[in-house]
Amino acid sequence: MPGTQTLVNELVTKLKKRRVEGSQETALLTAELLRSVISQLKVPPTNQAETLIEAVKSVGELLVAANPVELAVGNIVRRVLHIIRDEDFSVATSSAGGGDRETAEQNGFRVQTVAAGPPSRSPSLHAILDRTPDSEKAHHSSRDGDSFEGKGKSADRNAESWKLKHDVIRAVNELIEDINSCHEQIAEQSVELIHQNEILLTFGRSRTVREFLCAAKEKRRSFRVFVAEGAPKYQGHALAKDLGARGLQTTVITDSAVFAMISRVNMVVVGVHAVMANGGVIGPVGLNMVALAARKHAVPFVVVAGPHKLCPLYPQNPQVLLNEMRCPSELLQDGEFSDCMGVCNGRGNPLLNVVNPAFDYVPPELVSLFITDMYDHSNKLKINGLFGFLSAGHSLFCRGGYNPSFMHRLIADYYSADDLDLQKRSTS
Amino acid sequence: MDPRRAPRTVSDPKVRKVGFFTDPPDRSLPGPPDHPISSFPASPPSTVDNSPPSAGNSLSPVMIPPPRHSSSILSPLRRDPAEFFPLPASPTASTSFSDDVVSTMKGRGVAAASSSLPGGLLFDIAAIKSAASSVSASGLTTVSVVNNLPIGIFEKGGGVAVEMQDDQSSRSKSLKEKTTKAERRALQEAQRAAKATAKAEDGKTPAAASGAAASVKSGKSVKPPPSQKNDSAALAALEKAGDRPPEKDRKKEVPQPRMQFDDKSRVEKAKRRAVVKQTEARNRVELFRHLPQYERGTQRTELQSKFFELDPVHPAVYKVGLQYLYGDICGSNARCIAMLQAFQEAIKDYSTPSEKTLARDLTAKIGSYLSFLIECRPLSISMGNAIRFLKNRIAKLPLTLSELEAKATLRSDIDRFINEKIILADKVIVKHAITKISDGDVLLTYGSPSAVEMVLLHAHELGKQFRVVVVDSRPKLEGQLLLHRLVGKGINCTYTHVNAISYIMHEVTRVFLGASSVLSNGTVYSKVGTACVAMVAHAFRVPVLVCCEAYKFHERVQLDSLCSNELGDPDVISKIHGREDINFLDGSTNSENLQLLNLIYDATPSDYISMIITDYGMVGSTHECACHSKRLSKRTLVDIDTLRYIIQSAILASPGRSSHAYSCML
Repeated sequence: MPGTQTLVNELVTKLKKRRVEGSQETALLTAELLRSVISQLKVPPTNQAETLIEAVKSVGELLVAANPVELAVGNIVRRVLHIIRDEDFSVATSSAGGGDRETAEQNGFRVQTVAAGPPSRSPSLHAILDRTPDSEKAHHSSRDGDSFEGKGKSADRNAESWKLKHDVIRAVNELIEDINSCHEQIAEQSVELIHQNEILLTFGRSRTVREFLCAAKEKRRSFRVFVAEGAPKYQGHALAKDLGARGLQTTVITDSAVFAMISRVNMVVVGVHAVMANGGVIGPVGLNMVALAARKHAVPFVVVAGPHKLCPLYPQNPQVLLNEMRCPSELLQDGEFSDCMGVCNGRGNPLLNVVNPAFDYVPPELVSLFITDMYDHSNKLKINGLFGFLSAGHSLFCRGGYNPSFMHRLIADYYSADDLDLQKRSTS
Repeated sequence: MDPRRAPRTVSDPKVRKVGFFTDPPDRSLPGPPDHPISSFPASPPSTVDNSPPSAGNSLSPVMIPPPRHSSSILSPLRRDPAEFFPLPASPTASTSFSDDVVSTMKGRGVAAASSSLPGGLLFDIAAIKSAASSVSASGLTTVSVVNNLPIGIFEKGGGVAVEMQDDQSSRSKSLKEKTTKAERRALQEAQRAAKATAKAEDGKTPAAASGAAASVKSGKSVKPPPSQKNDSAALAALEKAGDRPPEKDRKKEVPQPRMQFDDKSRVEKAKRRAVVKQTEARNRVELFRHLPQYERGTQRTELQSKFFELDPVHPAVYKVGLQYLYGDICGSNARCIAMLQAFQEAIKDYSTPSEKTLARDLTAKIGSYLSFLIECRPLSISMGNAIRFLKNRIAKLPLTLSELEAKATLRSDIDRFINEKIILADKVIVKHAITKISDGDVLLTYGSPSAVEMVLLHAHELGKQFRVVVVDSRPKLEGQLLLHRLVGKGINCTYTHVNAISYIMHEVTRVFLGASSVLSNGTVYSKVGTACVAMVAHAFRVPVLVCCEAYKFHERVQLDSLCSNELGDPDVISKIHGREDINFLDGSTNSENLQLLNLIYDATPSDYISMIITDYGMVGSTHECACHSKRLSKRTLVDIDTLRYIIQSAILASPGRSSHAYSCML
């Protein structure tokens, strides 16, 4: 399949040369690439899922290696692997079970994973507690399925080989849609968190934050926003311009003035680069300083993040290992220090070093809240199991804010434990 | 440390004695012929000792470690606190404390108990006074010889002495009865001043009130421990009574509350007086309505064109004003020196008009120069202190002097101020700070503080092996200049911006910061971003040392960075030097919803600061700086010797110091 190969190479070079930036764009490109990889893959009649998983993994490994710091790549690869496993499982159960449940099963793949996970998956607490009778499960999952569009068409088709691939592709499409639309779902929650005459502070630029703030503005809340410019990228300028154009009272401040201003701020809202499994976040450089200042003044530090930013890895020394150094010329102009640059001391080390890291790690204890559009399926199940009649309200319950300590729960829902380590698997 | 510390029993009679039974020291004792402080003798000096002999081995409260300690300590974080309270290193000062005081030092654990007694602080006034008289005669080589020694101090000394006696006679009575006449008067004075401020401010933010009103108020309200309230109030009253100038002068000395720019009527008045017509910025930041926000650029051309019209402004002052405006002179020391030198020129060319007295007319003249300078750029706190000094000097000129003599005196006074308070002070700071640098250290500094630069260069000259992290921030990028100078001298440097501070802090062993001012609640008022650096350092358990000359101490208090600040040119925010690709904000400055805010200063809370290094020694954090900066600032301009004893007494008297200071101190 030369077509896929060129596509893969293209994205790998893009990632290597850092031409794609921003986790959302990367996530979308990765998901689209994986979709075309899957669709072009010829699956043998037996062992289809294994083949798909192997293919996706090998591509994923290439992509991750191209830019290991861009965690969204790995996240999407793991999500796709998870989808394949789920679909495979649902196909297997549906072929074993009756035809009438088929529709429900394949649409409610997420529910199934937790309700009756295959033995390869580590059993989770709620999966044990919430194991519902079959009929009830079918009932719920069919209701669950209502939220998906274009469902059930594949139900008639019995060609299994075609069916698995088709389901996977459909699920990946949904994933892409999710990533595209995550802003709106997050923004919907802004009115619940922003009150009249509030003063907010944000740092750098994030599309999610922009949508979040604008949504509140559209609901006729009037509030002010301080935007820290976020050196050395100065993306805060762009955000401030956007917000100003949308009619928000915006003030640009320097990064160094964050501590001075934060005593008047009611809430810090930031977008991040990635959310780690322990609830810590990787964000633009300087974010830790903002979080510390917010903690000092007891200002809530709210992180808005789409589903593609949720990373199932635990950070180990993230300041160094999950960081990258940007070009020194962003700090010192070429030529200004040319006389100093070459100067070495006695041991041959240069006298002048310029440090320009790109990312910063904020430990979970400094984060007050995550605003996501992610569903917590265990929660949903529990609610459904306990108060089945409340089904109309469950989506309200399940989406929204999470504590940092809750992140591992979401991760258990969104990723399979088998896929956490992409590289090790594929080498072994 | 421990062997020196007495068991912490509250019932220690010596401790209990402190507040009440200080022997009235013998003021008539002549001072020693000469006792250089700069040498910091490691032997207990006995020459100035007018207290029981055991005071010889007293602990110096001014922590000046002897040089032999300088490079012996390597462990960056865990150091023996005893290193910082070297037993024998006592400058002349400490010896003047009586045995009782020393015992307070030993039983510092119970200091709180002792000072909670009414009048617990009285002893230090006695100590100060006695010492002042004894040492004032001795030449101080470090801070140069104190010439024309204080008429003030003796007057004042007398005043305090009387107070002391009063207090001693009445201290057995209840607190209410204890108020002497002088204290009552001081209290009235305070109330009047407070009322005046309240009126002037029209119910606006009280934090802006400065001067005596603020100091008296803060003496009562800002002191955190309630147990100290009585003492500090009494002390404030005492001090007030002590240096009471004649009624007229006192009014003059009370600085006006700062101009609040949201007060329409006053702004109008000021505008009418103004030399430079300034147009107000269109997009003013709502939170900073009380600060001047002007369009930049317009004033420059106007000022230049007005050179010949500005009759009353002396050319030297005019030049300095323009330099402020263009930012050619920045850094509070440089600004202060430039201003004082300009005033020196102006005084040189000054001649008293007929039928006027020099003192009055010159003060008015300087006042008009000042308002010109303020229009160019708001004064820094250090400059305010320097002006208070100058005005004080003018007011205190003996009437018998001829005009020439008076001018010569003033000019030499200014010279002395520059030398003593700034240049020599920096040298002393360097001497102190250098003991905190050891081989292998990684020192972080922010911006381009002049004192810290001297410390680094001197440490390099001494051959210490260390690395410097220069942290910089927009829009001024002063750190690049510092970086250039340091690398030019061959110091190993790392350069980064303030956002990367959490990344770089892992490898740092010490943070050296400069300050624009130290306020009386211990807040360090400094270049914006200093608070961020100090905060991150605190979070990473890296000691933060602030180098600040004592003339920058001020009695004001400030809780945040907003009530009093300076706003720089907002346009520099939108342009990024050397990064033409970032031009998002170029066309949008006219947008109604978008404001740019360029803060110049911020306030660092005292709990982030491990140590303040001043020309009077090194002081541990939090409480002490709160205590003594207040007293320091009150007298900064009066006399150096008095100050020294004030610091020491403040350190001795402050409760809770032992526990906190030791833990904080590296």
